[in-house]
Amino acid sequence: MSHDHHHDHDHTEPPSDLELRVKALESLLVEKGLVNSETLNSIIETYEHKVGPRNGAHVVAKAWTDPEFKQVLMDDATEAVASLGYCGRQGEHLEVVENTNDKHNLVVCTLCSCYPWTVLGLPPAWYKSAPYRSRAVSDPRAVLKEFGTQLDKKSTIRTWDSTSEMRYLVLPQRPAGTENWSEQDLQQLVSRNSMIGVELARSPEHKGEDSK
Amino acid sequence: MKGGHDLGGQLEMGPINPEPESQEPVFHADWERRVFSLTLATGMLGKWNIDESRHARERQDPLAYVQNSYYENWLEGLEKLLLEKGLVDAEELILATNISSQTTESLSAPNPEVAQKILRSGVLSTMETDSEALFCIGDSVLVKASETAGHTRAPKYTQGVIGIVAAQLGCHSFPDSNAQGVHEGKYLYRIIFGGCDLWGSHSVDTEVLVDLWEPYLEVAAN
Repeated sequence: MSHDHHHDHDHTEPPSDLELRVKALESLLVEKGLVNSETLNSIIETYEHKVGPRNGAHVVAKAWTDPEFKQVLMDDATEAVASLGYCGRQGEHLEVVENTNDKHNLVVCTLCSCYPWTVLGLPPAWYKSAPYRSRAVSDPRAVLKEFGTQLDKKSTIRTWDSTSEMRYLVLPQRPAGTENWSEQDLQQLVSRNSMIGVELARSPEHKGEDSK
Repeated sequence: MKGGHDLGGQLEMGPINPEPESQEPVFHADWERRVFSLTLATGMLGKWNIDESRHARERQDPLAYVQNSYYENWLEGLEKLLLEKGLVDAEELILATNISSQTTESLSAPNPEVAQKILRSGVLSTMETDSEALFCIGDSVLVKASETAGHTRAPKYTQGVIGIVAAQLGCHSFPDSNAQGVHEGKYLYRIIFGGCDLWGSHSVDTEVLVDLWEPYLEVAAN
């Protein structure tokens, strides 16, 4: 099944049919003048190294420390996020959904892989996988459990299925014990996964670490 | 179209097995990088839109769609679009022979500066309209059973289920038409469904919010 398929590619072996097929396609398109080699590399550079979840962590930490910014963010996230320099493809219609004591938000795209690129970069493999896409809507509590996330029994889980060009970013709750923290330090608590909603923001003692 | 891609609520897809966040690379193999950038770069030629692109990936044997890795599905979709739009022909693609250096139309591949501008400006889905929205916040609506054999963004699990209009999101490009190359706007609504209505009485304390276009919806009978 596809859930472990993506782990199969990280060992060294002779070029697969797939690699040859892609190489042939690229050569063909370059030869026909339909793509520019430098452009291909620049697109990869952008999404592999420049656009990523640090953007989102900046947005979240700012919202935690700057009430005016948070207000703009909740009213018009596209605009607020653009004011920090993050804009473009797959972030044209952005909306921020806020976790509270009794509401927890989780984002999925059951039909493909829609994801707010401008603030989170490209989605992780699990976000695009059949197991996540199938169960995030029908059994979100079990999904959270697989990420080691246990919610208060009383809280309602809201799953946002990204069927349109609207893109959703979760604003996690600010962890307790961070009252005097700077925006920069707070960014270390904002994991990518907490902005998708499968985890909570890290607690101060787990700054910068994976949750499990 | 009910294809392998319409995964919401499907059973027995196995565990998620997420890689630890700090250890997961953006791409898991070099060919994935190339497929990603080839897809974005050829998309900039303006020969197809995002829904045609999604539809091309969906038009596959459902089992193949689920068994393929993510970027294999992108590759399938890309090759299909290149052939269907006449940018390459089968001989060139499959046999790598008789490659013509000129395509029939004068298409120009954007250079890196132009490409970066395109990425940063994005593509708005909103459109102007003179018509009025049919539904208001708070209305009960039923998601119709899909009649299309083509592309749609009404997930199967919502069809035949009643939800409440939580927001009206304006007029957006309608994917079912857009996938056929017809650019028309329809009102988009955020519909909230109770977990129990979708999945049964054990799904307490869950809600699912789905963005659905007006043609997918009708007034729910009381």
